[in-house]
Amino acid sequence: MSGGHSTYTPKSGIGRWMDARLPLPRLVYDSFVAYPVPRNLNYAYTFGGILTLMLAVQILTGIVLAMHYAPNTELAFASVEKIMRDVNSGWLLRYLHANGASFFFVAVYIHIFRGLYYGSYKAPRELLWILGCIIYLLMMATAFMGYVLPWGQMSFWGATVITGFFTAIPLVGEWVQQLLLGGFAVDNPTLNRFFSLHYLLPFMIAGVVVLHIWALHVTGQTNPTGIEVKQKTDTVNFTPYATIKDSFAMVVFLFVFLYFVFYIPGYLGHADNSIEANPLQTPAHIVPEWYFLPFYAILRAITFNIGPIDSKLGGVLAMFGSIAVLFVVPWLDTSKVRSAVYRPWYKLFFWLFVVDAIFLGWLGSKPAEGVYVMLAQASTFYYFAFFLIIMPVLGLIETPRRLPNSITEAVLEKNKGEAPASAQAREG
Amino acid sequence: MSDIDSTKTPEPSRRDFLYVATGMAGAVGAAGALWPFIDQFRPDASTRALASIQVDVSAVEPGMSITVKWRGQPVFIRNRTEAEIEAAQEVPLDELKDPVARNDNLPPDSPASDVDRSAGEGRENWLVMIGICTHLGCVPLGTAGDFGGWFCPCHGSHYDTAGRIRTGPAPENMAIPAYEFISDTVIQIG
Repeated sequence: MSGGHSTYTPKSGIGRWMDARLPLPRLVYDSFVAYPVPRNLNYAYTFGGILTLMLAVQILTGIVLAMHYAPNTELAFASVEKIMRDVNSGWLLRYLHANGASFFFVAVYIHIFRGLYYGSYKAPRELLWILGCIIYLLMMATAFMGYVLPWGQMSFWGATVITGFFTAIPLVGEWVQQLLLGGFAVDNPTLNRFFSLHYLLPFMIAGVVVLHIWALHVTGQTNPTGIEVKQKTDTVNFTPYATIKDSFAMVVFLFVFLYFVFYIPGYLGHADNSIEANPLQTPAHIVPEWYFLPFYAILRAITFNIGPIDSKLGGVLAMFGSIAVLFVVPWLDTSKVRSAVYRPWYKLFFWLFVVDAIFLGWLGSKPAEGVYVMLAQASTFYYFAFFLIIMPVLGLIETPRRLPNSITEAVLEKNKGEAPASAQAREG
Repeated sequence: MSDIDSTKTPEPSRRDFLYVATGMAGAVGAAGALWPFIDQFRPDASTRALASIQVDVSAVEPGMSITVKWRGQPVFIRNRTEAEIEAAQEVPLDELKDPVARNDNLPPDSPASDVDRSAGEGRENWLVMIGICTHLGCVPLGTAGDFGGWFCPCHGSHYDTAGRIRTGPAPENMAIPAYEFISDTVIQIG
C-alpha cells in the first residue's frame, strides 16, 4: 500500500519463497511496520485506528447476534428479549453492539472534526476525504437499519418517519418509498430486507475502509502543522511509534465505552423501544438516536416554503444537503494554509461550528415548537454558512501566521531546541 | 488485435461495428439482468392481495371512532356528531391550507368541502380516511388539536373535524381511500 519504495528483506527461506509468489508479508511490513508517519502526530490522529477497532467489534458482535435473532415481525421483539434473558452472555453481546454503534459515531465525529481542523481534506487528499464521507454515509444507513431490527416502538416509527422523507421527492417519491418498504407501510418485508442490508453494509464499509487506507498511504498522513513531510527526520516508523500510541488511545477509548456497556447500558437508548412496535399508535415524541439529532434539527428547521419548494421537501433537501456539503469541502476551502493552527480566524469559526453542531443536536432532542424552531433555524444557517460562505471567503482574506519550514523545525521550536531522544536514537 | 490495427483504417471496419454492437448488447443484457434484483423490492403479490377489507360499522354511534388496519395502515372510521359536521361546513374553502378533497372516490380536483370529504350526501356523518399524517407518516391522535379534529404529536400538525390540514408542517389533507357502503352498515375499503 505504500508509495513503492519497499525496504522489506525476507530473512528466512520460507519468507523468500513466499515473497516471490505472494508478497503479503511485504505489504504488511511496508504498510504497518516501516511505513513512515509524521513525528508530530497528536492523539487526535489516533481515531482512525479506534474506528477500525470499532468496526471489528460491531462485525464480531453482530455476527453472533444474528445467530439468535429472528427477522420476522411476529418474532423479532421476542427474539431480542430472548437474547437479553436466555442466550448465554447475550445481554453483554447486545449491549456491546448497541453501545458500540454509539461509540463508533463518537469516534467518527472526532475523526471528522480533526480533519476539518487540520485541513486534512485539502489537495492532494480530496479522494481520501470523499472516501471517508462515503464510509460515514454507509455508517448512517447501517445504524438506521440496525435500529429497526429490535422492532420496538422507536424502531417502527423511526423507520416510518425516515422512509417518509422519500415521499417528499416530486413524482416518484411514493414509488421509491414502496420500493424501500416492500409494501404500503413498514411491515414484515421491510424488516426482512433491513436485516439483510444491515448484515451486508458493514462489509461494504470494510471495503471502502481498505480504499481509504490505501489512499492515505499513497499521499501520507497530514499532521498538526499541515506541512508535508520533506525529509527523513520529519517522520518516525509506524511501528512501534504509531502502533503504541494508537493502542494506548484504544485502551482509553475502550475504558469509556465499557463503562457505558457495564454501568449505564441503556443511557444512550430510548425507553419507548422496550415497547413492541404498534402500527396503530405513534409514541408521543419521536426522536432518532443521538448521532442523528443535528440532522433531525435541520430537517425540522425548514418550516417555511422556499419558492416552489414546499416546507416538507425543503426540510428533506436541507438535511441531505447538510451531509452532501461535506463531499465538496476540498473545493470550498480556498486557503493556501492547511492547518487551523496557523489560521487564527478559521480556528475561531471552526470552534463555533463545533458548538453549533452540538447545539443542533440538543435542539433535535427538543419538541419542534416555539423558541426551539427559531434557534434551530439560526443554527442551521450557521451550519451552512460555515461551509458555503466562511470557508471560501476566509481563505482569500485571512492573514495566516508564519509557517515553520518543516515538521522537524516546528517540533524543535516547540521543544526549545532540544531534539527528543527518539529522533537522536534513530539518527545515530 | 495484433494482425489488424483498426485505428489505421480510415473507415470504421466491420470489426469495429461488431465490437460496438457486442458491447451494446452486453450492456442491455446486463441492465435487463439487473431489473429482477430491483423489481423484487416492490410490494409482493400477498401484500397487494390484502388490498380490500370489509368493516361492520353498526356499533359505531355518533361521536365514536374505530381504527381498522388496511394495507398495514390505520384507517379511521368516525361517525361524526352534528356539531362536528357544522364546524367543518362553516370553514370557508379559501382558508384551507390544502384546497383539494384528496378523496379517491371523487375526481382529483374536487374541492375540500365537508361533503366531499365525507361519505357523500345523506352520509355526511361518516368520515373514512387513512389515519396517517401527510407530513412524515405518524398516526395523529383523535379529538385533539386546535380544531377539535386530529393532532399529530410528532411535528405538531393540526387537522379539523373533516381531517383537513389547518396548521403545521403537513402539506395535504389526510387521504381518503376508495371505499363504498355495500349495505347500510358495512363498508368495503379498497
